[in-house]
Amino acid sequence: MAVIGIVREPAGEARVAATPASIAQLQKLGHDVVVEHGAGSAASYPDDAYAAAGATLVERAQAWGSEIVLAITPPDPERIALLANGATFIALLSPALRPDLVESLAQRGITALALDAVPRISRAQSMDVLSSMANIAGYRAVVEAAHEFGRFFTGQVTAAGKVPPAKVLVAGAGVAGLAAIGAASSLGAIVRATDPRPEVADQVTSIGGEYLPVDVAVSTSSDGYAKATSEAYDRRAAEIYTEQAADVDIIITTALIPGRAAPRLITASDVAAMKPGSVIVDMAAGQGGNVEGSVAGERTVTGNGVIILGYTDLASRLAAQASQLYGTNVANLVALLTPGKDGALTIDFDDVVQRSVTVVRDGEVTWPPPPVQVAAAPATASSALRQAQGPEGAAPAKKSMSAGRKALLVVLGIAALFGVNAFAPAPLPQHFTVLTLSVVIGFSVIGKVHHALHTPLMSVTNAISGVIVVGAMLQITDPDPVVQILAAVAVLLASINIFGGFAVTRRMLAMFTLGTSAKGGRK
Amino acid sequence: MTVGALSTAAYIVAALLFILSLAGLSRHETARSGVIFGISGMAIALVATVSLTVAQAWSGGAVIGLVFLLVAVVIGAAIGLWRARVVQMTGMPELIALLHSFVGLAAVLVGWNGHLAHAEIAPALVGIHNAEIFIGIFIGGVTFTGSIVAYLKLSARISSRPLMLPGKNALNILALVAFLVLTVWFVIDQRLWLLVAITLLAFALGWHLVASIGGGDMPVVVSMLNSYSGWAAAAAGFLLNNDLLIVTGALVGSSGAYLSYIMCKAMNRSFLSVIAGGFGIVASTGSDEEQGEHREITASSAAELLTAAKSVVITPGYGMAVAHAQYPVADLVRRLRERGVDVRFGIHPVAGRLPGHMNVLLAEAKVPYDIVLSMEEINDDLASTSVVLVIGANDTVNPAAAEDPGSPIAGMPVLRVWEAENVIVFKRSMAAGYAGVQNPLFFRENAQMLFGDAKQRVEDIIAAL
Repeated sequence: MAVIGIVREPAGEARVAATPASIAQLQKLGHDVVVEHGAGSAASYPDDAYAAAGATLVERAQAWGSEIVLAITPPDPERIALLANGATFIALLSPALRPDLVESLAQRGITALALDAVPRISRAQSMDVLSSMANIAGYRAVVEAAHEFGRFFTGQVTAAGKVPPAKVLVAGAGVAGLAAIGAASSLGAIVRATDPRPEVADQVTSIGGEYLPVDVAVSTSSDGYAKATSEAYDRRAAEIYTEQAADVDIIITTALIPGRAAPRLITASDVAAMKPGSVIVDMAAGQGGNVEGSVAGERTVTGNGVIILGYTDLASRLAAQASQLYGTNVANLVALLTPGKDGALTIDFDDVVQRSVTVVRDGEVTWPPPPVQVAAAPATASSALRQAQGPEGAAPAKKSMSAGRKALLVVLGIAALFGVNAFAPAPLPQHFTVLTLSVVIGFSVIGKVHHALHTPLMSVTNAISGVIVVGAMLQITDPDPVVQILAAVAVLLASINIFGGFAVTRRMLAMFTLGTSAKGGRK
Repeated sequence: MTVGALSTAAYIVAALLFILSLAGLSRHETARSGVIFGISGMAIALVATVSLTVAQAWSGGAVIGLVFLLVAVVIGAAIGLWRARVVQMTGMPELIALLHSFVGLAAVLVGWNGHLAHAEIAPALVGIHNAEIFIGIFIGGVTFTGSIVAYLKLSARISSRPLMLPGKNALNILALVAFLVLTVWFVIDQRLWLLVAITLLAFALGWHLVASIGGGDMPVVVSMLNSYSGWAAAAAGFLLNNDLLIVTGALVGSSGAYLSYIMCKAMNRSFLSVIAGGFGIVASTGSDEEQGEHREITASSAAELLTAAKSVVITPGYGMAVAHAQYPVADLVRRLRERGVDVRFGIHPVAGRLPGHMNVLLAEAKVPYDIVLSMEEINDDLASTSVVLVIGANDTVNPAAAEDPGSPIAGMPVLRVWEAENVIVFKRSMAAGYAGVQNPLFFRENAQMLFGDAKQRVEDIIAAL
């Protein structure tokens, strides 16, 4: 049974890594939970609520000295020193940006898991803290903008005159962008969105936004150079931002590129073209900013009265909500690491999720993880299944032969083929060549068949195997009437196959239709 | 330039078109052009062969054979087109099994003719020729009776329970040994009764092989027979010295083998264990004991659950085909999607009695194919699904496969429907599935049973929406 410590975050961070509700989840997994005094007070979770949920309230040193420590912000050296030997530390660690932090954690000989390194695969969505925080930040960005904006969002016709609706431009339709589009449009604003990925257009429309495509005529750069296309694209995208800046009242930018500085979308001249009282929220200010003139963590006002918000703590500004989602994410991760629900924390490096989040294991740096291959992950890799089959995974092992036996079989097969071809008389070797090549072609052609087409494939191969009619036809000219009759019967049977097989395949394929609405969506 | 040279050229073109046809069928977008390729290939092959036959008949004076040929093709085409037009999509497995039997029988006849026709053969090749006759007849015969039994089982004319002869593996091996002995004998001494014996032996083996395989393993059996029919054609190609037959037969044979392999992998079993029918024995010893209380749900509360759901996944099985429930199911899906519910299908690779059977049924009912997903695609999303409807499926959604190492179906990949918030199981009664294994899913807290005919119950839900 492990003790999990929930620590109080440093000043400036209002969130907390576990809520009374998520503590109950952790306890169900067999863990004991201790909470530092005042850990949740900034997020409106008082100490009493934790005590009522069954947690023990302790002093700072004891919380940090637990076997498992859950936190949000990366720790400073003073806090790292408080960690117990062999402890497991789970927080947002930005391992790609802060190798020094990873190194100092490794020197303490602990295990460190970075929640922000959860791979983006569907199985890991319940732990994807970046998505859940981006969602909150997107919402909060709209609220901040509304707070600064001196007008309504929604249009009204009142006795005192007509009020036009506010126009909002959201740059980037990722999780944060979509949350912002949804929040702004439900306040009644006219929302437009840009994104380099045209496939997000449907998602934007579905939550009330209007997608602005970068309508570059691709055919104009028919010389085949992607770079030229990209130049034309960038020029047109910049034009769109300039046009929109002059028109809209609020701009929210969310564009981030992993591991690079944020792209500059809105130039100083775009900002200068905006109406006084307009608001820009630059959600990428912490990574260099999408907007020229934004300052990370600051509210600035330009000469023409445009307010630029560069807040980097948007999720923390919605502390109770953010703590709830973060707490659930982290509890789901702990649940993955405690497969026996017995309070014993294990890290399985064969599991891509567990491998990806582990940046330090027992004092050894394990960052960066090998790239996640989503398609290659077998369907049977659920932890429940492996649990049932023991650590070796008995079922898969049963089927795969050892490499040595496989090689032996291949050698035997080749030797047999060689023997047949070496000793058989004239037409046979030629036939075997044709047969072997055809089998290889058959396997490689069929290997990629979509699962839904198995039945049509079978009926078409069935029709094709009716080609035996050729053999029967060649025999029908034999002078012997018995042979003729037998051949005629064979021709008749094979003809049923040929005509029936092709006809029924055509009938089946005519039925397969693609959905017109892309709801469900294919992956 | 002779007719023979022309026909050889035409055969190469036909073989290429067949390869293109199979390649085209691997994707929805190209599937239709794939069929066109196949048809043109077949047309070229037929025209070439007929002209060859005409040339021979003219010089050999066997005009009567030509008449036979035309009559046979016309009758065969008429029957084939008629069957293809009237067949119900639920009856697809039977039709395909029956068609395989035709190829098998045709191969047997071609083999017999190979012996009877007295073609001139070089002395060095006589032995090989005779062996080829036997191999062709043997493969054809196994395909013929095997497909007939599969057809009878699929159309429920005989029980789909596996036949359990004592020492059945020994019987199969004995038949193979007998085949080898008879072949050697025939190569040495060509007696007609040997030909009769090998034909009967092949018929018996084919019958026994498929009779000892249970109904739930039919997807493997059907694709295996598909493979056999290809090898039968290839054997005929060796016999007649015809490369087109070899190429085509090998294509069909390897594609059928590959499909069988996919199906076996989906059941986590080796190909041999399916062929030998060993599965049924294990399954019959599976425990039948009740594992708890199940809860029932009415159609109207099921409708409420569905309307409130954000996302719904439907996992159909053979029961949906039996009840002809695909049309009401499609209607239900359409209505739910109109209400903004995200509805998708999860298809287990061995659902139904034919590879891809469920996809064809859903396509028939105009369910768009982009919401019909395979097990691998849907399994990770099931945990975040509000409602799963299990319609006529049992073993493919059995948690025992994943969680109970002692279960007969342990290790078989299954749809993890039990991870969803709610599961509604459409079922006639509490009887066990094909594998004879009780399904702990029914006793889960999040599972509720909706008893009765699947079609009727789905219509009830639509009425209650």
